Amino acid sequence: MVDLSVKIGDVEMANPVTPASGAFSWEYADVIDLNRLGGLVAKTICKEPRLGNPTPRMAETEAGIIQSIGLPGKGIEYFIDHIVPEYKKFTPPLIVSVSSESTEEFAELARDLSIPGVDVIECNISCPTRNTTGGNFAMQSEHTKEVVSAIRAATDKPLWAKLSPNAGDIVSIAMAAEEAGADCLVIANTFLSLKIRTDNFRPALGNKFGGLVSPALKPIVLRMVYQVAKQVSIPVIGIGGVTKAEDVVEYMLAGASAVGIGYAGFRNPTALTAIIDDLEAWCDDRGIKKVTELIGAIKDDDMEMDTLTAASSGV
Amino acid sequence: MTDFVSASKYAASPDRVGEPDRHPDRPAGEFICNVLSNEWVNGEYKLLALETPPRALNARAGQFFHLLCPTPDGAEVWMRRPMSVYRIDKDAGHLQFLYKCEGRGTQGMALLEPGDEFNIAGPFGIGFHLDPAWKNIVVLGRGVGLATLAPLAQMAAENGVHVTAILSARSAELVMSRDMFDELGADVIAVNDTDHSSDVDNVEAILEKLIADGRADAFFTCGSNRLLDLMKRLGKAHGVPGQVAMEQIMACGLGACYICVRTFEVNGEKILRRVCREGPVFDIQETVGW
Ligand SMILES: Cc1cc2nc3c(=O)[nH]c(=O)nc-3n(C[C@H](O)[C@H](O)[C@H](O)COP(=O)(O)OP(=O)(O)OC[C@H]3O[C@@H](n4cnc5c(N)ncnc54)[C@H](O)[C@@H]3O)c2cc1C
Ligand SMILES: Cc1cc2nc3c(=O)[nH]c(=O)nc-3n(C[C@H](O)[C@H](O)[C@H](O)COP(=O)(O)O)c2cc1C
Ligand code: FES
Repeated sequence: MVDLSVKIGDVEMANPVTPASGAFSWEYADVIDLNRLGGLVAKTICKEPRLGNPTPRMAETEAGIIQSIGLPGKGIEYFIDHIVPEYKKFTPPLIVSVSSESTEEFAELARDLSIPGVDVIECNISCPTRNTTGGNFAMQSEHTKEVVSAIRAATDKPLWAKLSPNAGDIVSIAMAAEEAGADCLVIANTFLSLKIRTDNFRPALGNKFGGLVSPALKPIVLRMVYQVAKQVSIPVIGIGGVTKAEDVVEYMLAGASAVGIGYAGFRNPTALTAIIDDLEAWCDDRGIKKVTELIGAIKDDDMEMDTLTAASSGV
Repeated sequence: MTDFVSASKYAASPDRVGEPDRHPDRPAGEFICNVLSNEWVNGEYKLLALETPPRALNARAGQFFHLLCPTPDGAEVWMRRPMSVYRIDKDAGHLQFLYKCEGRGTQGMALLEPGDEFNIAGPFGIGFHLDPAWKNIVVLGRGVGLATLAPLAQMAAENGVHVTAILSARSAELVMSRDMFDELGADVIAVNDTDHSSDVDNVEAILEKLIADGRADAFFTCGSNRLLDLMKRLGKAHGVPGQVAMEQIMACGLGACYICVRTFEVNGEKILRRVCREGPVFDIQETVGW
């Protein structure tokens, strides 16, 4: 049977399947066994309590949903006292996600969350509805470098940086995050978007803009993961449009060491564990002994093949 | 209908009728049910009956399921649709949903035929609560709100609690669930807009009389802001506790995404609660107008 375990730096995970921040919580234990997941990823937390954005917070479009939640939460103290213990009832590593509009506060958050029980600090520097200097640092390399450096200096925990697909050149941003000391790059957050209702001429979301989430985005994020993985030496986690085991395989072939899953868990609450089962069966069917063999295993060094032959040839 | 997980070649985590339960310890789940019937009850509403795996039947009145609706037009329906359980028949292994055909999701649901499979997730949320001290309750519902309140009458009957049901609708033909409330031994008062019997003044007079007669140990409502405000006002004035089932757009249904929040007022402070997790049933006195 295939060995599904992966390592993200020093963090050991039983398999490469993790939930995506904000689309998951310990409450999913009502439907699935959380101990089977590669990691547990908490919703992004801010320092002070926040109510978040006006409703409606979600709308369907022809090809996916747009959503804008606005990072509601009860603040870091409540998070440490009440939410961390909920996650510690389960065994997978706990990844906490943080966000702030200022570099100093970002560093403070990372410092205050460097407590036993927290295994990874993920800095969400890419919330699409924040502006470039106000929390969406990952739109520009200088801002990325500055904020990641400050967070790095504030914590010894493994530090993951979640990047934005809205940046013009994600490769240079990824390199800036690596240089600043990130241990892993999480690619990507959601695509900034807009829906206007034609019945009343108003934006469909209470916050006007929202992040687009759709399996249609997978090829775009996959391309980003591929480009970034080629340029950096730290691990990459691919997030965007994963709905089945083959999508996990595809991200790993592009160079990702693991994936994150959001929307599919709304669609099918049992999706995460089903995808793990499927991934195992997929590897076993092909005699793959270790899932890590897939990382970066895309065959693209021999591209002079006739395109039709390439498209139809087996593995 | 695309169902990513059950379309999988290798495994299917949803539980199916007649197969061993894959997640026996979980309070909720994802279930592939068999459609038994899906008939119009009037020009706007349909009643869907499903055969479900046993764990889905642990649903309580006021809880809901999240339904993966078929497409009405070939294009994707991206999100599940929340629907409260209308009837739970544990002996037969059946669940029923009473729903209004409105947008794409419910139009897709309307296409389900006997023999089709239907993926539902749940039961989710906190349902209605009956205090053992209550002997007489008043249930006030309008439109589709009656679908949510109907199983409460079932629960009250099982607990020997008397129900007065005030059923409000636009017209007499659209009053639903009357048979179900009758059958369960409730006193039914149907009101409608056509003859103005559903006006707030008239409903207020009915409620005042029930309070005066000692027939209102608790209030329950769903489906109308106007009626909620009325029950809130009268409940406060006369010290009658009350519960309301509320609605909001949802994504996860489990408490993770914070898409389904609404504002409540608790001890003078405005707070947000998740309809799917802290609700959908809330204390009437903590609600604020929307
Ligand atoms: C806890 C709960 C229980 C419910 N029980 C019932 C029931 O028993 N019978 C019934 O007919 N209806 C019920 N509803 C309302 C039902 O969910 C909506 O009518 C349905 O989602 C509309 O979907 P649509 O595709 O037809 O409409 P569309 O307008 O096309 O839907 C677009 C989006 O908005 C959401 N939406 C639209 N209206 C509502 C609403 N009122 N509440 C929540 N989300 C909405 C949809 O889910 C979808 O995501 C309930 C809602 C909640 C929250
Ligand atoms: C409702 C919702 C809330 C989200 N909240 C957060 C968040 O708090 N922090 C974050 O880093 N990403 C957040 N995201 C983005 C997801 O983590 C993920 O990057 C995105 O949904 C793409 O993955 P998917 O295609 O598998 O859904 C959110 C996404 C959704 C749908
Ligand atoms: S629908 Fe996700 S928190 Fe309620």
